[in-house]
Amino acid sequence: MSHKVIVPIGPYHPLQEEPEFFRLYVEGEKVTDIDIVIGYNHRGIEELAEEKHFDQIAFLVERICGICSSSHPFAFVLAVEDLLKTQVPQRAHYIRMIIDELQRIHSHLLWLGLAGHFIGYNTVWMWAWKYREPVLDLFELITGNRNNYAMMKVGGVRRDMKEDDFPTIKKYLDELVPVLDMFKGAVMDDPVIASRLKGVGILSRQDVLDYGALGPTARASGVDIDVRRDDPYALYDSVKWSVITQKEGDVFAKAVVRILEMYECVNIIRQSLSKMKKGPIDANVTDMIPGEGIGRVEAPRGECFHYIRSDGTNRPVRHKIRAPSFMNVASNKVSCVGGTISDAAITLAAVDPCYCCTERTAVIKNSTNKRIMNGWDLIKLSQEKTHRLLHEAGLKR
Amino acid sequence: MDINTQIKEKLGNRITEWLEHSPRRIYLTVDKESIKDTASILFNELGLRLSTATAQDLPEGFEILYHFSFDKTGQFFSVRVFIKGKKNPQIESIAPILKAAEWIEREMWELFGIDFKGHPDLRHLLLSDDWPKDEYPLRKDYKKPYEK
Repeated sequence: MSHKVIVPIGPYHPLQEEPEFFRLYVEGEKVTDIDIVIGYNHRGIEELAEEKHFDQIAFLVERICGICSSSHPFAFVLAVEDLLKTQVPQRAHYIRMIIDELQRIHSHLLWLGLAGHFIGYNTVWMWAWKYREPVLDLFELITGNRNNYAMMKVGGVRRDMKEDDFPTIKKYLDELVPVLDMFKGAVMDDPVIASRLKGVGILSRQDVLDYGALGPTARASGVDIDVRRDDPYALYDSVKWSVITQKEGDVFAKAVVRILEMYECVNIIRQSLSKMKKGPIDANVTDMIPGEGIGRVEAPRGECFHYIRSDGTNRPVRHKIRAPSFMNVASNKVSCVGGTISDAAITLAAVDPCYCCTERTAVIKNSTNKRIMNGWDLIKLSQEKTHRLLHEAGLKR
Repeated sequence: MDINTQIKEKLGNRITEWLEHSPRRIYLTVDKESIKDTASILFNELGLRLSTATAQDLPEGFEILYHFSFDKTGQFFSVRVFIKGKKNPQIESIAPILKAAEWIEREMWELFGIDFKGHPDLRHLLLSDDWPKDEYPLRKDYKKPYEK
């Protein structure tokens, strides 16, 4: 006789850093159904964006997620540039590409480490995060920040890259390739990892199409989509690289796609560095017109989508954000069901979920119906403090 | 035959407006009643992928943009639907045809109060379950806590 038992994972996830709640319905060891509850990280960014002007939003959306923190502003500036039909200078395009590809390397290494950690292979975790560190150092060198790079700007980029830094970047890339070879060997040729991950959490091609899964999750199931190639933005059509796909759709295939993709990132950055010519980095956009614009970017997890509608003022009327995890996390409904509980942890992590991105807003009420502190209260407190300090300093207008 | 002609042919007179912002960004308007057929034709017959949907609060009602992506050519088709009137906005759910629409319809339901008829599982996605009824945070008339 079998009973149906509910195994809760979360909201404080035992492994992942972000709050989410999975209700696994199990019979014996087998997962028969899953309910995904999200919303623990909802911060109201879409609403907040409607109260900021276009220059500020690039900074705001950068804070949606700390890992893909250049994808969101990138998609946002593309949306505004689509609305305005701005011609962005060539050098700015290449700088944007370099930042985005470096980010992809750091994001994939981060996932690889976490995946190793999830299956109890902590050596991969330590290594992957060790070699991720120099990428953050490069970011610091180029942008001044290890995270939240603040480079994207409507019409171009905020800071130029120095030609003096190119040798350092090239040296890092040269050093990264043997590291990637090592990971390729450690993951793809390791019999333990293969027997742990092969055939686990399979997402079929049809499931990918039904759920609209994106990025490496889709490409590991043989769905050949990549916004960088399909709808080329920046100057992705001027560099040579290839889209990595696998057919199996299991967790192993997703790991392979991500590892092989990092080689392509190296490829793109090298070409961008050599093709970049000195010149302006900003189109100096000054006027806003009414209309609507769509920007999409291939973030490390898939297509990141931003929609902007403007009425001609300096604030958008509507700003819609859809992060790739919003589609990918929903696809766990099929990949997890039918497997065992022990596979659930890695299957749920295989889409590289990012809940910060998936949820974007919060006004919280607790059970006593009393409002507790939320984002608005904090902003208000912060504004009050600023006014108080200005007043005290005698600078109050 | 290119995808633009195919869409025009298959959807026929369901399309009330066709606007090409740029070759890869196309906006088309259809009637509220035909959204289910439209979604079915675009997804099942022409193989477009539902990227997401955007709801908007307008003075005269609501507007939903269903963003479909055709990845072979990189074109992005946004299907626009108007829901007239501010009271009890209703539209048929496309989630029975397109599983990808399930979450986004739940999000639009709780943030805008648009009722999706025929949705298999219409409940809160991002907001907490004890969120007060008739408070829709992305509507323009929503009062934020500090404004009350």
